Amino acid sequence: MKKSFFAPTVLALVLLFLYIPILLVIAYGFSPDGISLRFFDADGNFLGFTVKWYRQLFTGVYSVRSLLDSFWLSLEIAGLATLFSCVIGTTAALALNRWKSRLQSVHYALVYTPLVMPDILIGISLLMLFVACRVECGFWTILIAHITFCVSYVVMTVLARLQDFDRSIVEAAYDLGAGPLYTFFKVELPILMPGIIAGGLLAFTLSIDDVVITAFVNGAGTNTFPTYVSSMVKHSKNLPAVFALSTVMLIATCLLAGLSRTISKRHGT
Amino acid sequence: MKNRKGFFSEGLLTAPSFLWLALFFAIPTLIVVSFTFHGHTPNGGVAEPYSLETWRALADPDYPSIIWRTLRISVKVTLWCILLSLPCAYAIARMDKRLRAIVAGAIMLPFWTSFVVRVFAWRTMLHPDGWLQACYLSYLRFGEWLFQCMPAFVQHTLTGLGLATSGSLDPAMATMLDSEVAVVLVSVYSFLPFSIMPIYSAAEKFDFSLMEAALDLGANSFYAFRKIFIPCIRQGIISAVLMVFIPAIGSYVIPQMLGGTNCVLIGNKIFMRAIQNRNIPHASALATLMAVSVLVPMAMTVWWRARQKARDLKKADTGLAAHIPGAKA
Repeated sequence: MKKSFFAPTVLALVLLFLYIPILLVIAYGFSPDGISLRFFDADGNFLGFTVKWYRQLFTGVYSVRSLLDSFWLSLEIAGLATLFSCVIGTTAALALNRWKSRLQSVHYALVYTPLVMPDILIGISLLMLFVACRVECGFWTILIAHITFCVSYVVMTVLARLQDFDRSIVEAAYDLGAGPLYTFFKVELPILMPGIIAGGLLAFTLSIDDVVITAFVNGAGTNTFPTYVSSMVKHSKNLPAVFALSTVMLIATCLLAGLSRTISKRHGT
Repeated sequence: MKNRKGFFSEGLLTAPSFLWLALFFAIPTLIVVSFTFHGHTPNGGVAEPYSLETWRALADPDYPSIIWRTLRISVKVTLWCILLSLPCAYAIARMDKRLRAIVAGAIMLPFWTSFVVRVFAWRTMLHPDGWLQACYLSYLRFGEWLFQCMPAFVQHTLTGLGLATSGSLDPAMATMLDSEVAVVLVSVYSFLPFSIMPIYSAAEKFDFSLMEAALDLGANSFYAFRKIFIPCIRQGIISAVLMVFIPAIGSYVIPQMLGGTNCVLIGNKIFMRAIQNRNIPHASALATLMAVSVLVPMAMTVWWRARQKARDLKKADTGLAAHIPGAKA
């Protein structure tokens, strides 16, 4: 069959389009000028690269203190939100998979709707709830909001794994005299683990990257990494440090992904 | 006894997520909807008596233009995404298996950097002194030159249709940053992987020998692409449309960081009303409107899919040819 060059050309251009900003993020982390981010001066002379932003990050000097604080807060929230949403999400998926009652169809609708709702609607409705209940916004409200939008993603991922789960294994365990709790922890949970881990990873990425919902419920002075960065549109003091930190995060993610790939390959799943 | 036990364990497993989502998703949504039937008080509260004052206030000239702009930009972004995704998905699906996995991974990799940081990188790229702005200006100049070359009646038709504006170009007015162009461009950039993936997973299952058959029977490759490839992957295309259109309607970060005051969308207005002006009923009304504009296409798709499924089942006994539109012609 004759090969067409049109589609591969479009694909190559799209990949270029997707990667230019990433390459710039990496490059800006080495920018000598913290405000204009330029590599060339007015006469077109090359100003060179610098690692001073990386040094600032790793020594934690005062100017990047708030940036690092927001980053640790993001990690903390994402970690806790992942943990809670995995527990809540797994129980929900088990219930949805096992019973087909009227209650479960309402339950499914309740789990599914947040997936199609724009973030901003989840954000504003939670803000209204917190205002109506006179709850002070801060760490806990951010955590509650993140768990709320992560749960649905975990449920869907675990549910997909449950779809090809053979119930007769559980029945076999019962026949051999295992109790329900023993069966759950020794049979069901290990089989479901890949699904839970995948859902947890999804929840973690969503949580660590969320701006909109957090911007509604963070209250004054509590900033996660994304809200901190988006507030820098107005006063961009240490932009290259942000880009340097993003580069570090990118490298860390790539390493983790590579590691998990090798592990899952070794286990043959 | 056994039945009651089953009911108990069902309740135990359902309760955590059910209660959590009822408390933090369903009830707050109902609170938002109920606020739209109240007026607002000057000190940022919600007025006690029921009124339709808030819904009437949406007719304020400010709101319809924002709603219209949001819909227009979302449609534009969706069209661009689909238009670019189709050849990409086609190209990936035609690769051999190993390369396919690598390229599909490469498309998702940009998501491993923070979304806000990527938007920030775009902000610096779109700077008025930057190379993208220079490209954009020469593109506009080329368009202007093309327009001047056309006969007068064509010029009139184009201006009449709103596709072109007469008069010469003002470089100071034609900046990309803080304009609709930047918002559309960066939205396409951010949502493109979400539209490539569903189309690609549909294209992966497509049997390319059908295309070869069409070519053997004398169709040209574009005709075969349009009449065979596209109808066969329509489910993927519909998913892609939803994956782009819904976040585009709810867009907040991109117009906030790149649209400036010229490109305020519903999302930004909701935030402004809720946080800055403390006009909670107005924010709620806009949010309700947004929810409706997202749920309507969603419900339509669910309905359409159910109908299509029923029709496909009916057709199943009439043979394969019935599945391929245009094959009978």
